Amino acid sequence: MSEYNDKIREISQRLLKECQVDMVIGFRKGSMPMMNEPCFIKNAKDAAQLVWDSNCGINLANYLTNRTEKIGIIAKGCDSRNIVTHIIENKISREQLVIIGVPCQGMIDKHKTTSMFAGDIQDVTEDGGKIKITVNGQVNELDKADVLQKNCAVCTHRNPVIYDEMVADPVEEQNVDRYEDVRQIEAMNPEEKWNYFEELLSPCIRCYACKNACPLCYCPTCFVDESKPQWVGKGQDPTDVRTFHFLRAFHCGGRCTDCGACERACPVGINMRVFTKKLEKDSFEQFGWEAGLTLDERPPLDTYRPDDPDEFIK
Amino acid sequence: MEHMGIEPDRIHYSWISSAESTKFVEVVKEVTEKVKALGPNQHFAKHEAKVA
Ligand code: SF4
Ligand code: SF4
Repeated sequence: MSEYNDKIREISQRLLKECQVDMVIGFRKGSMPMMNEPCFIKNAKDAAQLVWDSNCGINLANYLTNRTEKIGIIAKGCDSRNIVTHIIENKISREQLVIIGVPCQGMIDKHKTTSMFAGDIQDVTEDGGKIKITVNGQVNELDKADVLQKNCAVCTHRNPVIYDEMVADPVEEQNVDRYEDVRQIEAMNPEEKWNYFEELLSPCIRCYACKNACPLCYCPTCFVDESKPQWVGKGQDPTDVRTFHFLRAFHCGGRCTDCGACERACPVGINMRVFTKKLEKDSFEQFGWEAGLTLDERPPLDTYRPDDPDEFIK
Repeated sequence: MEHMGIEPDRIHYSWISSAESTKFVEVVKEVTEKVKALGPNQHFAKHEAKVA
């Protein structure tokens, strides 16, 4: 990873020095382990703060919405796809961006890792496929493959799809079955499905961390905050909680890249990706569409094709 | 909606032109029958507000 760090810093420094960009959006070490934080670097001398490791799960495309500056942005596979989506949706222009692509090997699932140990995690370091976790002064070694974020384990676009500079050679893409979890739910009967989601969402405190971490949720006023009309109750009634989650998923239909930012952000560890992923699977199976792969094609929900599937309309 | 556990027979989509009155009647009949067969919807219904 240190080669990545050097290269990211070198590129960022150069871009800032040559005034090709006004700022670089990347990650710096957070105050807690596994919590690297997004940062805006505006001076070449500060580029040394930039870091890259397996704790950079936050989707940086989230910080591009309606910005007017010239921006250098560090982008792993999913960030790059959300950058494409932002460009397609006119939230930023391609000319404003210098995209620093980072081939990605997956991010660590901090919920899972934290729950594996009784004490507080004091330090996390990594070396290739191994992760060293220090708890109560004791070092535990884990395989990174065992603690990958769920979405990273089934990611098929680890390399940036759009970039101006690359930090390293592309990594090998995974050939995996991405929809096993969705199919399991599809196979349930209606009552089982209902109960599955009821249980899934029961700990939700409506903090909206998932929505705020999502690069697609950039609406100035989200439907959950509107009061005239009020589309959904604001409390924790299970009906309202569910309405929030399924409507948000619909708003992300055909746009979601399954970057996992929502799940990562949730303080109570809810996997709300099972909502968005169903729509992601439908987009893929019915329209052959994977969000954010190209600037040259319009998304399925804003185009009409005579062969669009329509058996559900009687 | 079905994915979340709403019974498939509760949700119907149709494309009916304003000139297709017969189709409209047929569809309404079919929808009513199917929904009646399912009975009242238990989901997405708020029951009494919980008071602590
Ligand atoms: S949930 Fe919908 S309305 Fe709310 S921010 Fe996201 S896309 Fe916008
Ligand atoms: S982050 Fe988790 S607790 Fe917060 S609103 Fe989303 S699902 Fe609910």
